[in-house]
Amino acid sequence: MEAIVAEDLSKSFNGLKAVDRVSFSVHEGEIFGFLGPNGAGKTTTVRILTGVIEPDSGKASVLGFDVVKEKLKAREKIGVVPEAANAYPDLSVWKNMMLTAALYGIERKKAEAKADELLRVFGISERKDSRVKTLSKGMKQRLMLSMALVSDPELLFLDEPTSGLDVASARIIREKIMELSREGRTIFLTSHNMEEVSMLCDRVGIINHGRIVAVERPGDLRDRIGGSLAVEVEFDRKVDLTGFPDVKARGNRYVLYTTDAHDTICSIVDFASRNGLRITGLNLHAPSLEDVFLKLTGGESDA
Amino acid sequence: MLRKIWAITKKNILMYYLKGPVLIFGVLFPLFLFLAFYIGRSLSAAFLIPGLLAMTLFFTSTSVSPVIMPWETQMKTLERLISCPITVRTMIFGDILASFIFGIIISIVPVVIGMVMGVGVKAPLTLGAAIIIGAFAFSSLGLLFSTIPTDLVSNVMMLSNLVKFPLIFISGIFIPISDLPDWGVAVASLSPLTYFTDIARFSIEGYAFYPLYLDFLLLIASAVLFLVLAVKLHERTLVRRF
Repeated sequence: MEAIVAEDLSKSFNGLKAVDRVSFSVHEGEIFGFLGPNGAGKTTTVRILTGVIEPDSGKASVLGFDVVKEKLKAREKIGVVPEAANAYPDLSVWKNMMLTAALYGIERKKAEAKADELLRVFGISERKDSRVKTLSKGMKQRLMLSMALVSDPELLFLDEPTSGLDVASARIIREKIMELSREGRTIFLTSHNMEEVSMLCDRVGIINHGRIVAVERPGDLRDRIGGSLAVEVEFDRKVDLTGFPDVKARGNRYVLYTTDAHDTICSIVDFASRNGLRITGLNLHAPSLEDVFLKLTGGESDA
Repeated sequence: MLRKIWAITKKNILMYYLKGPVLIFGVLFPLFLFLAFYIGRSLSAAFLIPGLLAMTLFFTSTSVSPVIMPWETQMKTLERLISCPITVRTMIFGDILASFIFGIIISIVPVVIGMVMGVGVKAPLTLGAAIIIGAFAFSSLGLLFSTIPTDLVSNVMMLSNLVKFPLIFISGIFIPISDLPDWGVAVASLSPLTYFTDIARFSIEGYAFYPLYLDFLLLIASAVLFLVLAVKLHERTLVRRF
């Protein structure tokens, strides 16, 4: 069974299409990464799937429930960590947990036991009586994840869960995501961190300008571009490499996708000597997920 | 559903009762208005107390509910809240209930002040029923102000005060309706606060301008109208907060 099915979802704001006929599905039990540049439609898609906003057209179901007609039933089964959302800053960690549990209709004693367990797992139990506004960003995010898990959801929506966190907090969250996946839960993850997505996700969907441009396994995505090798070259100054096919610029570094590394490297060396450039770095590697992302989204740098 | 409403109410009580705008517009403003009206004039306590009670209930009940939505939008707690399995109605009832409780608790103060000044309540049950219905009506009115999908509390408070202040002056608080000219009575009849003030005068002074059943009927009608409008408008504007 599919945990999430999105069919031709479209949503516009003030005449601008944020999401344009988006279709994809997420299998039960998988970690699905959702990538796209800023403003590509990631958060709008998550908001439609979690029933926060309604699509203009198209339909979607979450765990078999229609996200418009049966949104409450769907929400009972999911946990959400929205992008840039906060817990109540003037309430304690514990009161935030109890509030969430009450909103999911969880019986008090059960909620207390679950909250105790989650706060311990996420390493914030000693701060349970502290007001949220006194916590560090990493602790706040760990609390947000604890709140999303208090109802024992079958499906988790995590919108940038490790963005801007310290190494320790990001690691705790990643480990927990993997553990939740091992328990058979489905996870829908949006992230800026390519390494994280590559490491955690079973499949990845890439959205750009409101449209899905690829849904594949990270390995298949890497194989998909250019045949394929990535030649990364760095010069001592910025240059114009538009004469080369299939090139992406990243500051003074350029990545050229090719099936023939020898010819490409010779062309680069020739180009450098003709233009009096110094080659300050040269690498040959299989394309990373980041390379795939940049190629599919036309080089926009934010995922 | 009741447990969820109560959870939201409790959250609102803990989060918003002690916020600056709530205390300023809900407690200090009616007190200063009353003192400005009272000091230097030889008015009887029996006349003053119903007016003070009406003003206090009106200001306090409309002080909590308008600030919740813009504050939650600003703090980015709203999206997390509505991702939970609750309806907009559940959330609105939780907001109204928090405002309602605040209004009722603070409105006890003028009643006690009246007792200290030797002004007893002649019809306590009538007054109690009016306070409950009035607090509900005014809390719903307060929530109506926050239907504009803004995250600026000051914008909502400005709109709220734009409506609240004129109502204070046309509702028989400072001048009894019986002393108003015909056009004044017509204007007063447009304000739901008029009917609460009339019941308060009946309960404390022993007379009312309108028949009591009409006061209650119109106060209940106002409560229903404000509630329905608040629910419908919030259901429509909530998505525009994201």
